[in-house]
Amino acid sequence: MTEPTTDHVTRAEIAVTACSNLFRGQRDILASPAGTIPTIGARLAALTHAPDLMLSDGESTIYAGVPTLEHQGVRGGYLPYRELFELIAAGKRHVVMGGAQIDREGNHNFSAIGEHAKPHRQLLGSRAAATNTINHRTSYWIPKHSRRSMVQQVDFVTGVGRTRAEKAGKGAARFHQVHRVVSNLGVFDFNGPGHTMSLLSIHPGVTVEEVIESTGFALDIPADVQTTRLPNRQELQLIREVLDPLQRREQEVRS
Amino acid sequence: MTSKVIDSSTLADLFGDGMTIGIGGWGARRKPMALVAALIRSGARDLRIVSFGGPDVGMLCATGQVKEVVHGFVTLDSIAVEPHFAAARQTGKIQTTELDESMLVSGLRAAGRRLPFEVTRTGLGSDILTANPQIRTIDSPYDDGETLVAMPAVELDLALIHLNRADHLGNGQCLGPDPYVDDLFARAAKRTILSAESVVSTRELTQGHHPSTLLLNRTMVDHVFEAPGGAHFTTCLPDYPRNEEWQRAYAHSAGSPALWEEFRTRHIDNEHVWGAEAGND
Repeated sequence: MTEPTTDHVTRAEIAVTACSNLFRGQRDILASPAGTIPTIGARLAALTHAPDLMLSDGESTIYAGVPTLEHQGVRGGYLPYRELFELIAAGKRHVVMGGAQIDREGNHNFSAIGEHAKPHRQLLGSRAAATNTINHRTSYWIPKHSRRSMVQQVDFVTGVGRTRAEKAGKGAARFHQVHRVVSNLGVFDFNGPGHTMSLLSIHPGVTVEEVIESTGFALDIPADVQTTRLPNRQELQLIREVLDPLQRREQEVRS
Repeated sequence: MTSKVIDSSTLADLFGDGMTIGIGGWGARRKPMALVAALIRSGARDLRIVSFGGPDVGMLCATGQVKEVVHGFVTLDSIAVEPHFAAARQTGKIQTTELDESMLVSGLRAAGRRLPFEVTRTGLGSDILTANPQIRTIDSPYDDGETLVAMPAVELDLALIHLNRADHLGNGQCLGPDPYVDDLFARAAKRTILSAESVVSTRELTQGHHPSTLLLNRTMVDHVFEAPGGAHFTTCLPDYPRNEEWQRAYAHSAGSPALWEEFRTRHIDNEHVWGAEAGND
């Protein structure tokens, strides 16, 4: 098999690779991905460039090794609910959070849509987004990039962007690091003017215009926009044959 | 020594209007549903419910007994958003104090330690602080001068907890994968009611199980209620998994008042439902 080309790699597989890249250079931290594609991405990272990532089942079990989507991992540690908050406070984690809304400054909402006292639509609630963002590296995963998910201002701030963290008082932003956003269209960071969202790379097959049209705010577009890299041959084989043979990734992001 | 085991008529007398009640478990996992059903049958009103919320919160919203929910989320796990809770929120029928999960942990821990607050970084910059102006920040008194959140103690009148096993003295044993923060609920409460799949002798508790499985000791528990199947339809591992079919019927009942009445009549009004046969319902 030769190196993959855009003709035979799906958008979902590119997003998996982009999620894997989020963890580059990290070790001995808990990778906490939410969603199918970030989960495959974190496991791909652990099987390739970041072998010392710690993975868990999202509940009380730390895995020994790297399980596939279809198999229970081997139990390699214990992380009950309360201990997760100790680990977060110690900063030993990189979470990839889904969200109903992300805004230009990196604030995040999965609490409710509309007026908070009587919302138009109740969502999950605040969960641990505030503790995650103020304590350790956080990335976001947006499988359906649109003006509804990428908004000028979120309705309720659960996860905290850089500007709000810096304004929250002395030392509040000490451990704050909202890292990147991976969506079905591209990869973004917060290196735009005033820590606003900036286009880092577009996925192959996506145009800059499409990204701009699908975003509900003025996105920073650097002069030279990169293209998100394709998975290499080894990565593609791991995604297709080892981690996700039932192609669950294709249900989260369709090509 | 004095037995703390109570029967269902004593249980009914422990609930009162306006109480702040903390409910253990997490989402649709190891919720004290037999105790929640007893609370519903008691008719106690204007309740303030503190929970890592699941169907416990949803049911008490559906019955109209809740005035306020203190929570970080309300979910049925396999159904992401609790439909009865969502309906109560979207029609403005309940008040909420929405917290980050770790802030709720801090508040319960402070209450158990008889402190006014616990210091945390969590909440800074988020709308949890703007939506809850009663939660204040403090400046570190040391040279760093950092701004921190002073999460106020979450004091409870009553805590409801379900575990796998207990003895008559109020020792409680968790044999499942996660104790969640049930011990913090017990310590934060003036009185704790512990239900268990079975009540056994103290000696039996540690036969074949490490003493670290004894999550609650008798200083933390006031009443013990034997309730086999008492977490149904939520999980109570290793005794039983979630009854997804029953949970779907519960979620479906948020669709109309008639469906809810049918669910309530069949499952909650009959106190024998949360018994040994519950899993076969």
